[in-house]
Amino acid sequence: MATSEIELTINGHLQRLSLDPRTSLLDMLREHLALHGTKKGCDQGACGACTILLDGKRINSCLTLAVMHNGAHITTIEGLANGAELHPLQAAFIEHDAFQCGYCTPGQIMSGVACLAEGHAASPEQIKAWMSGNICRCGAYPGIVSAITQTANASR
Amino acid sequence: MNAIGRPLPRVEGAAKVTGAARYAGEFDQPGQAHAVIVSATVGLGRIAAIDVATAQTLPGVLAVISHLNAPKLAYSPHKGFIDPAHGERLHVFQDDQIRFFGQPVAVVIADTLDQAEHAAAAIHVDYAARTPELRIEGVETLPAGGSHASAYKARGDADAALSQAPVKVDAVYRIARENHNPMEPHATIAAWDGDRLHLWSKSQFVTNEQVEIAAVFGLPADHVHVTCPFIGGAFGTALRTWPHVTIAAIGARHVNRAVKLVLTRRQMFYTTGHRPRSMQRVALGAGTDGKLSAIVHEGTAETSRYEQFVEALTTITSYLYSCPNVRSSHGLAPTDTSTPTYMRAPGEASGVFAVECAMDELAGALNMDPVSLRLLNEPSIDEGENRPFSSRSLKDCIEQGAARFGWSRRDPRPRAMRDGRLLIGWGMATATYPAFHAPAGARACLHGNGPAEVEAAASDMGPGTYTSMTQVAADALGLPPEHVLFQLGRSDFPRTPPHGGSMTMASVGSAVQAACLAVRAKAVQAAIADARSPLFGAAAADIDAADGSLFVKSEPARRETYATIAARHGSIEAEATCSPDEDARKRFSMHSFGAVFTEVAVDPDLGIVRVRRAVGAYGCGRVINPRLARSQCTGGMVGGIGMALMEQTLLDPRDGRPVNASMADYLVPVNLDVNELDAIFVEEDDPHVNALGVKGVGEIALTGIAPAIANAVYHATGKRVRALPIRIEDLI
Ligand code: FES
Ligand code: FES
Repeated sequence: MATSEIELTINGHLQRLSLDPRTSLLDMLREHLALHGTKKGCDQGACGACTILLDGKRINSCLTLAVMHNGAHITTIEGLANGAELHPLQAAFIEHDAFQCGYCTPGQIMSGVACLAEGHAASPEQIKAWMSGNICRCGAYPGIVSAITQTANASR
Repeated sequence: MNAIGRPLPRVEGAAKVTGAARYAGEFDQPGQAHAVIVSATVGLGRIAAIDVATAQTLPGVLAVISHLNAPKLAYSPHKGFIDPAHGERLHVFQDDQIRFFGQPVAVVIADTLDQAEHAAAAIHVDYAARTPELRIEGVETLPAGGSHASAYKARGDADAALSQAPVKVDAVYRIARENHNPMEPHATIAAWDGDRLHLWSKSQFVTNEQVEIAAVFGLPADHVHVTCPFIGGAFGTALRTWPHVTIAAIGARHVNRAVKLVLTRRQMFYTTGHRPRSMQRVALGAGTDGKLSAIVHEGTAETSRYEQFVEALTTITSYLYSCPNVRSSHGLAPTDTSTPTYMRAPGEASGVFAVECAMDELAGALNMDPVSLRLLNEPSIDEGENRPFSSRSLKDCIEQGAARFGWSRRDPRPRAMRDGRLLIGWGMATATYPAFHAPAGARACLHGNGPAEVEAAASDMGPGTYTSMTQVAADALGLPPEHVLFQLGRSDFPRTPPHGGSMTMASVGSAVQAACLAVRAKAVQAAIADARSPLFGAAAADIDAADGSLFVKSEPARRETYATIAARHGSIEAEATCSPDEDARKRFSMHSFGAVFTEVAVDPDLGIVRVRRAVGAYGCGRVINPRLARSQCTGGMVGGIGMALMEQTLLDPRDGRPVNASMADYLVPVNLDVNELDAIFVEEDDPHVNALGVKGVGEIALTGIAPAIANAVYHATGKRVRALPIRIEDLI
C-alpha cells in the first residue's frame, strides 16, 4: 500500500512521517515512534487507555487514522512533564495512589488534564461523569477523583 | 524509623505517570515483525481447508503458519503450580481439531501491524463443524480433582440434620462466566538467538513461563529467558502460559526475526482463561436460636473438554462457621470451551457468594439480624481441620465494620428504608481467603556506590510489590527505602511462586527479608574482621544496623556505612530461599477474614442499582503499606461491584461464541459507578503465618463484596436474586 506523507507536532517536536494510510494515530505513536506511554486497551474506542490531546482536545487515538491529522499538534503522556518536574496532575496521581497496575494511567491523566481544562472538574460528581470514558480495571477511581479534585482546587 | 507499616507512595509511581514504565509488548526488538492470530469461528469440529493464497500475496506478508506447515513441537510433559492436575494443555497448530470457539487456527507474520491485520482478515477457513456442548446443568459431571475424596467432604450427617432442622433455607445460586479483562492485553515479543529464546511476555509467573516454553520446544530451561517488569493488570489471567506465547515463538523462528504478538480484546475472551460459570446449591439448617445444625454445599463449575480446572468453590464451607454437620461436593461439567483459570479469589469469591447469601436468607427466616447470626455461629477452632486458627479476627471485623458503617441504624424490614423515591438497602457478608505461603528465593547485593540491589523473579500486577519489597528490604538492612532498588520480573532472578493467591507478600517478602539479613550478616563479618574498620574486633551479636550504617550497640559512635564497607571489600552478595513453616501449618489453620457492609439505592421503577457506599473491615495480619493495601481493598470492591451487577461473558448456544467480547459489551464499573469506599484493617498480630506476619490482601478484597451487594438489593427490594450479575430486568 502506498504511504502518505504527513507532518505532526508531537510533544513540541515537528515530525515528518511517511505512513500507511491504515495506521491509526495510536499505532503511529506506539509502533512507529516508540512512544509507548499511550496505551492500547481495546483498539475500539471503548476504554480510554489511548487518550491523547489532539490540538488541545482529548481523543481516543485508536479511533482515528494518522493521515487525517496532517499539521496537528499532539500531546502524549511523555510530553506532559516539564523535564524532571511532573505536571501537577501527575504528582497528584502519585500522592493519591490513583493507580495500581498503571496501564490505564496515561489515558486517565491525559483525560484528566483535558477534564480540568474543559472546566468539568467543579465537583467529584462532575469529575466522575466526565472521566467515565476511561476504564480502570484495577478500580483506582476514588484516587483518580481525589487527584483531579486536588489539582482543580490548587489552580483555582 | 521503620519503613514497614508506613504509607509510602509507590516507588515506581513516577515511571507509571510519565509513560516510562514498559510493559511486555513495548520491548521493541531490532527488525521486529508483527503477528496476528486467526481465530476459529466455529465451536467444535475440524478444519476442512485453509485458503491462504490471497493473504500470502499481500504486501509485507512474511508467512502464514497453521497446522498445515507448523513445526511438530516437543510438548514435553509440564505441570506447573498453576496448571490443572488432570488433562493436557492445548497443543497449538498440531492438528486440525477445533475444540472451542476462538481457538487459534493460523497466524500471519508481516512487516507491519497493519499488513498483518489485513492479511489475517484475508484468510479463509472452511470447517466441518459440530454443535458444541455448553451446558453445565442437567449434564454428567466429574468429581473435581479427579476422585471422590478430592471432591467430597463431610463431617456429621448434614442431610439428616437438615431434614430435622426447625428452620432451614435451601436454594441454588448461579454465577455467570467472567473474564479478567485487565486493561493491558496479553502480549509477547519473541526473539531467537540460535537455539536460545528471549520472551518479553505478560506473565505473573515468569519462571513457569520459562520452564513451560522450554518443554514445549524441547529446550533446556536455561535456554529460555522471560522478562516482564510491569503487568498492566492481570487478576489471574497471566498466571498460566497461554497458546499465543508459543505462537509468537513459532513465528519468530519461522521468519528468523523477532516477532511481536498482541492479542486483540476479542481474543482475550478466547484463550486466556475466565472465571468458570458455576451453580451452587446451599442448604442451611438451624435451631430456632439461630445455631447452625447443617450445611450442605453442592457446587458445579464448567471446565473444558481437555483440562479439568478446579477452583476452591466449596473449601470455605468447612471452616467459616461452627456447625456439627457439614457436607460439600464439587463437580465439574466439561464443555466444548477453552479452559477456565484462576480469577481473583478463585472459588472463594463464588463460594462465599452462595454461602453468604444463604446466611442472609437464614437470618430472614429466623427474623434475626444478619450480623448477630454470624457472631452466634463463630467457631473457636477450624472445625473442618480440627485445629485452631493461627488468628481469626472475624468478630472484630464484623464489630468494627458495623460500627463504621452505622449498621445499628438499619431497619431490618425489606423495602423499609427510602431516600425519596429510591429504595435503600443495607447488606453485609463475611469475607475470607486462605493465608498461603510457598517457597521463594531472593538475592541482595550491597555496593560501594549506589543503592542496595534486591531481586526476585516475582511480579507486580498492581498491588505494589516493588514498593512493599523495598520496605521489607530497607528494614532488614537498616537502610532508608530510597537506598534500596528492588527488581523483579526476570526468569533468571531467584525463583518465586506465582504472583497470585495473595501469597506474594508472605512468600517473596519472607525471602527478601532473609536475603537482606544474610547480606547484612556478611557485611558485619567483613567489617569486624577488617582492621581498617571502626567495627574491627567487635562481636557480631553486638552489631546493629540503622540509617545505612552498621554500629556497635554498646558504643554507637563506632560505626561504618555499608557503602564504605562494600567499597573496601567489594560488592557483598547473598541469596536466600525461604519456605513455609510446615510444622506451624500443621498445627494451625491460616486464613484472612473480613466483613463487608454495603448500601445500595434501587430505582423502584427502572430497577437500576447503585452502590452508594461500602465499608470493608479486614483482618489480614500485618499491613506492610496501608496506602497500597487500602487501594487493593477498594480496588477489590470495585471488582466486586462488577461481579455483582455487571460482569458476564455470554456464550451463543449455537457455537459457543462469546457474544459480548469487547470492552463496550462486557460491562465493568466505570468512574460514575463507584462512590464512597472505605477499607479498615483490624489489628492482628499473627506470629505463626510467616516471619513477616502477613496474610495477603489481594483476594480477600474481592470476596464478600458481591454477596453484601446482593443482600443489600434484597433488603432494598424484598426480591432475592440468586444469580450474578443482578440485572435491571431481575428487579422490574
Ligand atoms: S484503546 Fe482506544 S479506547 Fe481503548
Ligand atoms: S491502574 Fe490498572 S487499570 Fe487503572
